[in-house]
Amino acid sequence: MKLRRSMLFVPGDNAAMLSTSFVYKPDSIMFDLEDAVSPREKDSARLMVYQALQHPAYRDIETVVRINGVDTEFWQKDLEAAIRGGVDIVRLPKTENAQEIHELEAHVARIEKGCERPVGDTKLMAAIESASGVVNAVAIASASPRMVAIAMAGFDYLVDMHTRRSDGWEPELFYARASVLHAARAAHIDAFDVVYGNVNDDEGFLREVKIAKQLGFNGKSLIHPKQIELLHKAYAPSEEEVNHAKRVLAAAEEAHRKGLGVVSLDGKMIDPPVIDEAQMTLQMAAAA
Amino acid sequence: MKVIKEAIAGTLESSDLLVKVAPSHKGTREIVIRSEVIKQFGKQIRHAVTDTLDKLSVSDGSIVIEDKGALDCVIRARVQAAVLRACGSQELDWGRLS
Repeated sequence: MKLRRSMLFVPGDNAAMLSTSFVYKPDSIMFDLEDAVSPREKDSARLMVYQALQHPAYRDIETVVRINGVDTEFWQKDLEAAIRGGVDIVRLPKTENAQEIHELEAHVARIEKGCERPVGDTKLMAAIESASGVVNAVAIASASPRMVAIAMAGFDYLVDMHTRRSDGWEPELFYARASVLHAARAAHIDAFDVVYGNVNDDEGFLREVKIAKQLGFNGKSLIHPKQIELLHKAYAPSEEEVNHAKRVLAAAEEAHRKGLGVVSLDGKMIDPPVIDEAQMTLQMAAAA
Repeated sequence: MKVIKEAIAGTLESSDLLVKVAPSHKGTREIVIRSEVIKQFGKQIRHAVTDTLDKLSVSDGSIVIEDKGALDCVIRARVQAAVLRACGSQELDWGRLS
């Protein structure tokens, strides 16, 4: 199972960040061709990302490219650069409905054929940034077998909802978070929580991480490398959780060795999802 | 590709480079490279620049590089961007870029 706790935004035209961001070891790196790049620099940023994707330093890390929205003149060129560069995942911003994913998917397949990548090799994820996106989240999340994740983007969503970010438990984001998360789980894909914009406010960031983790998000989109370690530590399982996971897996192993159909621990039956969760717990502990 | 106008790409920030491309009146390709790391990496920088220009079939033009310690992939991208701008090219032949 692929760990996706941290997705670090890297502006597509920022040479220094493109040259160094891999050293911070986020679970995924997202090269941004959308909001972080001015319209007159889109062409240059596209080439920067195309070249960076082929750099050996990025071979061992999951790469994502955020293309421009399907209502822009840029997105198809972005897609060419990303897929021909060898990106793992294309992230579509401001996704409103499943039709946009279908349209994106058709162009991805066309480009894959054109550059001799296996059709289906490029995965997709959608960012939900509006009320209509939230309402259509289930259809978006399940629109294509290429979909591997869905992300909540808070800033545009809150503007669309005529409200603003608050401190504390952020009730203004609760419905959207819950909807996006349910859509992801129903489609068996991953879910990313919103970015936390104030990079100097570790306390506020960790408060938000706690909300995301408790709700069940796989992780968060991040805008600064310093947030990676904080996030990974917050998502790390406790010693008690690690010990329990080890005992679950040992019990499962023993039952398998004895040819037993049912796994039990301390007199309680263990379902397959509990075993999956135990494996994930140990994976998270190892990566923390 | 034919350079038909002046164009620049990149920045003078650390790890980046500024590429200036202009038509040449001599009918030749002239490359000037200035870099803070010219002693250590001059050969590699020149190779990245000339290889990129060769793949784009640029045989005629003035190319001035102000390097600030850019990686090979950044050099290639900025040279490509400057050349494509200088050639007024809207459509990319991706086969020439790798």
